[in-house]
Amino acid sequence: MADSETATIQDIEAADPAGFYDLRLYVAGKTAKSLNAFANLKTLCEEHLAGRYRIEVIDLLVDPQLAQGDQILAIPTLVRKLPEPIKKIIGDLSNTERTLVGLDLRTRR
Amino acid sequence: MLLKCPTGIDGLDDITEGGLPRGRTTLVCGSAGCGKTLLAMEFLVRGAAQYDEPGVFVAFEETAEELTQNVASLGFDLNDLVAKQKVRLDYVRVERSEIEETGEYDLEGLFIRLGYAIDSIGAKRVVLDTIESLFAGLSNTSILRAELRRLFQWLKERGVTAIITGERGDGTLTRQGLEEYVSDCVILLDHRVTGQMSTRRLRVVKYRGSTHGTNEYPFLIDKDGISVLPITSLTLDHPTSNERVSTGVPRLDAMLEGKGYYRGSSVLVSGTAGTGKSSLAAHFVDAACRRGETCVYFAFEEAREQVIRNMRSIGIDLAPWIEQGILHFIASRPTTYGLEMHLAVMHRQIMNIQPQVVVIDPVSPFLSVGTREEVRAMLTRLIDYLKLHQITAFCTNLISGSASVEATECSVSSVMDTWILLRDIESGGERNRGLYILKSRGMSHSNQVREFVLTSRGAELLDVYLGPDGVLTGSARVAREAAERTEQGARQEAQERKKNVALRRRRALEAQRELLQLQIEAEDEDLTADLTMDEQWELRQQLGRAQMARSRKADPLDPIEGSPHDLTLETRGKRDGG
Repeated sequence: MADSETATIQDIEAADPAGFYDLRLYVAGKTAKSLNAFANLKTLCEEHLAGRYRIEVIDLLVDPQLAQGDQILAIPTLVRKLPEPIKKIIGDLSNTERTLVGLDLRTRR
Repeated sequence: MLLKCPTGIDGLDDITEGGLPRGRTTLVCGSAGCGKTLLAMEFLVRGAAQYDEPGVFVAFEETAEELTQNVASLGFDLNDLVAKQKVRLDYVRVERSEIEETGEYDLEGLFIRLGYAIDSIGAKRVVLDTIESLFAGLSNTSILRAELRRLFQWLKERGVTAIITGERGDGTLTRQGLEEYVSDCVILLDHRVTGQMSTRRLRVVKYRGSTHGTNEYPFLIDKDGISVLPITSLTLDHPTSNERVSTGVPRLDAMLEGKGYYRGSSVLVSGTAGTGKSSLAAHFVDAACRRGETCVYFAFEEAREQVIRNMRSIGIDLAPWIEQGILHFIASRPTTYGLEMHLAVMHRQIMNIQPQVVVIDPVSPFLSVGTREEVRAMLTRLIDYLKLHQITAFCTNLISGSASVEATECSVSSVMDTWILLRDIESGGERNRGLYILKSRGMSHSNQVREFVLTSRGAELLDVYLGPDGVLTGSARVAREAAERTEQGARQEAQERKKNVALRRRRALEAQRELLQLQIEAEDEDLTADLTMDEQWELRQQLGRAQMARSRKADPLDPIEGSPHDLTLETRGKRDGG
């Protein structure tokens, strides 16, 4: 299963690099905000990016040294590593509209 | 008892009486470019280097590389400290255009980063510069405020001594009102420009649980970092010396009880242009260097080489002293910076060099930088500082010829112990220099005006001619002296003549006396001769009578008497009387 999924990602990435979304969600422990953020993100991705995304969850309580690299201040923070440029969305992603704007999936109205 | 954390910054620990509150957060605020970042960085660097307290610097505005470069010019080697795990730099980038906010969040990420940085090097000190940048990067200020409050509380719980910096706002100390959160200690920095001169000032606005200096203190940023000048707080209780130091001019020493100035006193030499103020200063410096004392010469009108050349013309060579490192020559323009800055610069130089003699040549140009009151305040502080360290201060002062000297100088002179006035004396188509001592505290100085002459062997003091025509100097004095010599010659000649006449008369009288003596002797001789003749005559008479009696066979005269041959003049005399 994992193997086939990886293959799929590589295929998509090769076919259309701009179409693949590499996302990182930074959290600090399993707080309500973090869990909400992850749930909201999952729903959103399934709806708009089915099959062309990857979510990596980083718990800073476990790996605090990773906070510096992506310039993390706020928790939770969603970082769009790909496609470039890097985008950051902070908060629990409860506002779907703004999250989509932040991910460049919808133009700002 | 509030524990304090020494900053290691010159003077700041004096004002705060020991440093910043340990384990608490201090707010350093001020407008752009006033030195907030530098003060915070020096606090951290000195902590790491001098007090073995590692520190974390969280920069919101500059990257670690920029920061390292910026403070390298101030003598801080951040790379070295970072490599030794003494300092950790963390650049936090907050760029609003890259950030979208949706819903609830907190700043736990920042806390985690900071906590990680603190733990990684065991930091005791933390700087957040400038945390207000968060307000520019994030729009939800209510979350921000709540999180900042939590951050300061968190820092306190961690037990680190922290500095946060803030930009000065309109009517408030910081734009975002950070002073509301930080209530332990607030330091305000200021960078003011008055009369085209900029001066940096520092003030401790608040320090909970501690006394502190409340004034505004000038501070200075140079290649050794920051130094604050807490010298307005000085009291009048400096040590006093009875030791005397030579002025370098023997006759001037003679005017000052033959010993010169007191060590650690302040000397002011006033004079109009070209009266020899610098020459007197050079003499003093030269004498001090000969005694092996370290001197600092602050020149504000002439460059070093020019002073050396000019002093050679009066036979003083200062160059060897400079080469030997006894004399430190510091030349700068008075207008380079403001009064406070000058004071700070001089203060720092004096502190580093620790001289026994300081010359300020001249103090008058400072009047072009500040008002009379400011100059006076500055000099008072400088002189106080010098006295405290038993450094003899020698100041020269250029005065305008027209105004009354005593009136114009009262602002400066009251802090001076010895005040020498050099003056032009104009007469007979030439100007000459006159020197006199207006005051010299604690000694019975000469009250005489002396003519001050600069020769190729140095300055000399001559008695002025005081005669019926008043005070004469220069050629007039020389002429007068010559005339006097002629007059005296004539008088001497006349006297000689008189003496000769008297002598001759005496000789004549003596000759007369001798003549009379001879006459007396002659008379005496005559008299004796007469008497003898009389006696012989009488004797002959007597003999004749005796022979006559004998021939007539007369009776003997007297049975007692012997023969008439025995008859003496004496017995005959007796018989005559009887």
